[in-house]
Amino acid sequence: MAAFSTAGESVNSYFNIDDILASQEKIPCSFNVDVAAMGYLDQSTTNVDISVGTKLELPFWLARYLYRGTRSIVSLETPKSYREGYRHILKADPNVVDLHRLGPFFYLFGGKLISFQLPDADDIASILLKTFQGRFRRIMDGSQNALHTDLTGQVSMLDEQERQLFAAGQQGLHDFQKWENRESEKLSTSVMIANHRKRKRIGVSTQPS
Amino acid sequence: MLAEKALDLIRELHRTSSGTLSPYNEDKIRQVLEEMKTLFEQNKDKAHSVAEGQTDQLSSIQLRHAGIQRNKRCLLAYLYNRLEQIRKMRWEFGSVLPPDVKYNMCEQEVQWFNQYNRLLANYMRSIGESGGLDLTQDMKPPKTLYVLVRCLLDHGEFETQDGNIILLKKNSQHYLLRSECEHLIRQGVLEHVVQ
Repeated sequence: MAAFSTAGESVNSYFNIDDILASQEKIPCSFNVDVAAMGYLDQSTTNVDISVGTKLELPFWLARYLYRGTRSIVSLETPKSYREGYRHILKADPNVVDLHRLGPFFYLFGGKLISFQLPDADDIASILLKTFQGRFRRIMDGSQNALHTDLTGQVSMLDEQERQLFAAGQQGLHDFQKWENRESEKLSTSVMIANHRKRKRIGVSTQPS
Repeated sequence: MLAEKALDLIRELHRTSSGTLSPYNEDKIRQVLEEMKTLFEQNKDKAHSVAEGQTDQLSSIQLRHAGIQRNKRCLLAYLYNRLEQIRKMRWEFGSVLPPDVKYNMCEQEVQWFNQYNRLLANYMRSIGESGGLDLTQDMKPPKTLYVLVRCLLDHGEFETQDGNIILLKKNSQHYLLRSECEHLIRQGVLEHVVQ
């Protein structure tokens, strides 16, 4: 059905929902200059202005805009879940970490972080790769070999992109199973309509037939 | 926080499952537009004072501008992703959408849907020599000309191409031309029975 789906859509697309949500993740910033009349961003004070040295957690999209080279309005710190401490944990055993709690868009946001020239950008880049390499085997194992098992425990620890990968693996497994049972030629109700039915409960007969 | 309301719209899209369309959130869109307007007015004022030499306002202008850009992105993404969803629905549900989906669309979206419908119909008619080609058919490669189907719902009477009228009654079985009943199978009216 690739004819009408947008499978080739890149993650960096302007309209991509995941990308928008990932760019909402917060980065600790401190202001280098006074900013007039924007004090309402800082909920801990009632000042009208933001003064020099104020520390605030700003979403990525705003930090990206305000952080430009040496004479920028804010200076940045590495967010907590990408700092040395967490990097050690991820290095020790990536499989036990609940990435969804660490940030539902761990990889996507991490990739965005690297675009800032932070001092530990290289370390972050390598830990993103190592983490994925370490976890991939388990994701693939879980999604390819468990057809009728409850995997919610495992899935709940995956970050959003890993979940998509997991779902793709499961889909592949199900399709293969269908093919093996010679069911692949069977015409079926479209998934979208089935979902729609489920919500509306159309076709659920109320009178005895 | 800046652009918080616009993000709510995006979260709303994120929550929506594949078979549904959430109600067009006109109220929230208006609020976002108002926020953008306020930010823009403030920036316009301050830009004048910067032009007169008060450069200390520059940083706050940049901050507000970022907010405007973000709001714009969220709004456009909201509209775009809804259109994508409606477009997918055209292929799944056919040219007539269920009333509850239609009810959740705004006027412009209904217009867009009608135009898309017309474009697609014209295109499908223009393919090939005689009478065009229905692209929504044969989503899976066909193996046989006829298929055995069982009715899942009471659908009423159905006229086949050769003029016979059959009654699609719940749990009755029929042997029909694949090309005629594929749509009904996808709609969930009939079930394909594979021996």
